[in-house]
Amino acid sequence: MASDTKSVLTGPIISNNPIALQILGVCSALAVTSKLETAFVMTLAVVFVCAFSNLFISIIRNHIPGSVRIIVQMAIIASLVIVVDQVLKAVAFELSKQLSVYVGLIITNCIVMGRAEAYAMKSPPGASFMDGIGNGLGYGFILVAVGGIREFFGSGALFGIEIMPLTSAGGWYQSNGLLLLPPSAFFIIGLLIWAIRTYKPEQVEAKD
Amino acid sequence: MASKESLGKTISVVVGVCLACSIVVSVAAVGLRPTQQANALLDKQKNILAVSGLEVGSQKMADVFAKNIEARVVDLATGEYSNAVNANEYDPLAAAKDPSTSTKLTSDQAKAGFSTRENLGLVYLVKNDAGDLERVIVPVRGAGLWNMMYAFVAVQPDGNTVDGITYYQHGETPGLGGEVDNPMWKALWPGKKLFDEQGNPAIKIVKGGAAAGDVHGVDGLSGATLTGVGIQHSFDFWLGTQGYGAYLKKLGKGELNNG
Repeated sequence: MASDTKSVLTGPIISNNPIALQILGVCSALAVTSKLETAFVMTLAVVFVCAFSNLFISIIRNHIPGSVRIIVQMAIIASLVIVVDQVLKAVAFELSKQLSVYVGLIITNCIVMGRAEAYAMKSPPGASFMDGIGNGLGYGFILVAVGGIREFFGSGALFGIEIMPLTSAGGWYQSNGLLLLPPSAFFIIGLLIWAIRTYKPEQVEAKD
Repeated sequence: MASKESLGKTISVVVGVCLACSIVVSVAAVGLRPTQQANALLDKQKNILAVSGLEVGSQKMADVFAKNIEARVVDLATGEYSNAVNANEYDPLAAAKDPSTSTKLTSDQAKAGFSTRENLGLVYLVKNDAGDLERVIVPVRGAGLWNMMYAFVAVQPDGNTVDGITYYQHGETPGLGGEVDNPMWKALWPGKKLFDEQGNPAIKIVKGGAAAGDVHGVDGLSGATLTGVGIQHSFDFWLGTQGYGAYLKKLGKGELNNG
């Protein structure tokens, strides 16, 4: 049981990563990764929403009628997202302004919905909760990796703390402006997928 | 298992889930509102201070605000200061929605994206430590591509020369219209003249870039034509007779007592 919980929790980080293997939730990964700070807060938000939506859905899974199950899942996910949005506005106003609509868009994040439908509807609450945390972390792992690369090479800083002084501010580092634009996240995610699949060749899809 | 799919069960589950969810959401929204409002106020003060040109340094923002910034209510029709309401509690946006404190605009005047405008405006006077007026901060708002865009414009006491601008709330596309936040674009504004020699609103957002030495033209943002149109309409309105036109002219002529 203990190793089971561990695999549910850590599996999604590398071996079954929702972004890298399942290619879900990429849209928000492009939008919030220009800085490490926003990527980090977004990770926390998704971990919270994914874990608790899985938990609540799993608790009532034997009562949810099949005909309205998606709507019931959406109602629970949407409520959790609103709570997260409200909390962010209260405790981290600046960050919530930067994340703007993307917190609200967690509602439509395929990872949350996918785990609710694929896992929480069939599994007991404890394991579902862990699965939610694991998948949130798997999403966050990619987000933080991409955010770190983009902020470091794009703005010469990490968490807003200057590491490489920019030429525009009299330093020596000529920043790479492309990394601050959304397409760069595509390239970095692509490279990460390549790296993960080289490390774990079984993830490579069979040729048609 | 068949009973799980029955109509009664379906309705009771859906109603139950909705009730539970709505309670959670309401508790969060109501419980956190005071903190959110305090944040929003602090954020507003920060934006006003940012455009005011005052140095905050290590002092507390609220203290600098209290010492150097004075909110004043302006009667938009006459351009005079008004004491009809308490400036520190007055909310122009709420007033704009209330028929008794607002004026309905004709469709020609409503190009900036709102159909009623408040009768009393709110400006912020920036004073130096000696108490002399350094500049006034005038709010400008108008519809952008997606949402209303809210800006503060700092104007010198001549009522004509821009000292700075900040869009403190908008929902424009990041990287395109969202570039209204870009310091390089904001740096184009200081020194621009709001009115031409006849006293008409003269700020022009120029697609493709304003000519060098054009004191009224500001470069448009690439890829954000509609944001530019929105900014244009906002300035046309708020500098005009329905907006702060009368106030800024009286200010420039020194006809207002600045106390």
